[in-house]
Amino acid sequence: MPLIEFAEVTHAFGDGQPVLKDITVELTERRIGVIGANGSGKSTFVRMINGLVIPEAGTVRVDGDSTANQARRIRRKVGFCFTNPDSQIVMPTVAEDVAFGLRRLRLSKTEVQQRVTDVLATYGLTELADRPAHTLSGGQKQLLALASVVVTEPEVLILDEPTTLLDLSNERRIRHEIERLDLQVILVTHHLHLLDGFDRTLVFDNGRLVCDDEPDQARAAYRSLAS
Amino acid sequence: MSDLMTYVPGTSILHRTKAGTKVLALAVVSIATVVIDNLWLTAAALVLAATAAATARMPRKVLVRQWKAYLLIVVLLGGYQWLTDGPATAFHVAGGLAALLVLAGVISSTTRTTELLDLAVWGATPLKRVGVDPERFGIALALGIRSVAVVFDLARDVREAQLARGLGFSLRAFAVPLVVRSLRQADGLAEALIARGFDD
Repeated sequence: MPLIEFAEVTHAFGDGQPVLKDITVELTERRIGVIGANGSGKSTFVRMINGLVIPEAGTVRVDGDSTANQARRIRRKVGFCFTNPDSQIVMPTVAEDVAFGLRRLRLSKTEVQQRVTDVLATYGLTELADRPAHTLSGGQKQLLALASVVVTEPEVLILDEPTTLLDLSNERRIRHEIERLDLQVILVTHHLHLLDGFDRTLVFDNGRLVCDDEPDQARAAYRSLAS
Repeated sequence: MSDLMTYVPGTSILHRTKAGTKVLALAVVSIATVVIDNLWLTAAALVLAATAAATARMPRKVLVRQWKAYLLIVVLLGGYQWLTDGPATAFHVAGGLAALLVLAGVISSTTRTTELLDLAVWGATPLKRVGVDPERFGIALALGIRSVAVVFDLARDVREAQLARGLGFSLRAFAVPLVVRSLRQADGLAEALIARGFDD
């Protein structure tokens, strides 16, 4: 698994209010959960891993590369799924959106086609290949977002609240797909049961990492914070 | 999602024709229609557009939605030309524009965006010499094409939200949320592109 290192990371957005304060942590486990209240800094934390947010102070490194100056290289390793899949869909149809992420890899047309076909089959999207992506249901869109990232074969996948907008059945489907992924997964979620079987869970509160433990202990810490 | 500028799967001859051939044909018709001031040519362009639309075998509702979107601008332009330069000029300008819009709609509905993107990248390759990245040019063009439909949908959402709140039409109340939503959409798309590695 790639080594993700946060060293004394502090960050504030425009209003000067820190969203992350003095975070130092190393992540090497296969399944890592990130939980916390709204505005606790967990999304900013994961966005820093593939350089979507560069810290004002401190460094974030993935396999030794700093996000401050090696973000492009890091993004080839670290895939990112957003809460709202609509914001991730770039091309008009399902198959084209999956293929879009492969353009930067400069693969042959045959290989692109093969990878797209395979990933659509894996996620049960083959029948929807030519459908306009924006006409899919919420669950199908999230599967498409997942497929569009997984097809590029990242080593780490960050999922930022992927089930927040989904019903129970689609949430189960996404959970099942996450379980099947053979790569390092960092999952931000409010659905605490999704962390069953995870190796490690981080709890954020008001920009600070307040608990770093196994899921049961971390969930208990989060519940006590929320009560 | 709006049907404007969106690929509609099909097996018609136009679906099977290469993107380059269709775009070249559109360019030839566009230049001829604009440069040559001849009513018979305008009529021929309209017939060609109607034939292309029929040949593409697109669903009627898609065609109607596309044409409804163009209708207002064609009528306004035609009306203005009629008042200022007479019926012949109105037919030439508005008829030519209508033909070109229908042809463009047929091309975008029968051509995958990926094919158009590849064509744009190929077309921009000579610009490498002056520092233009063809891949970036192609992606920008593809996003531009897609944005037309996205902005149409945002406009519909804003209008529906106004109607749901019992508001009449107000240009300011319509334009401000549309601009804000469009900028937010652009921000989200930019972030998604960066996350997918298209930041170079």
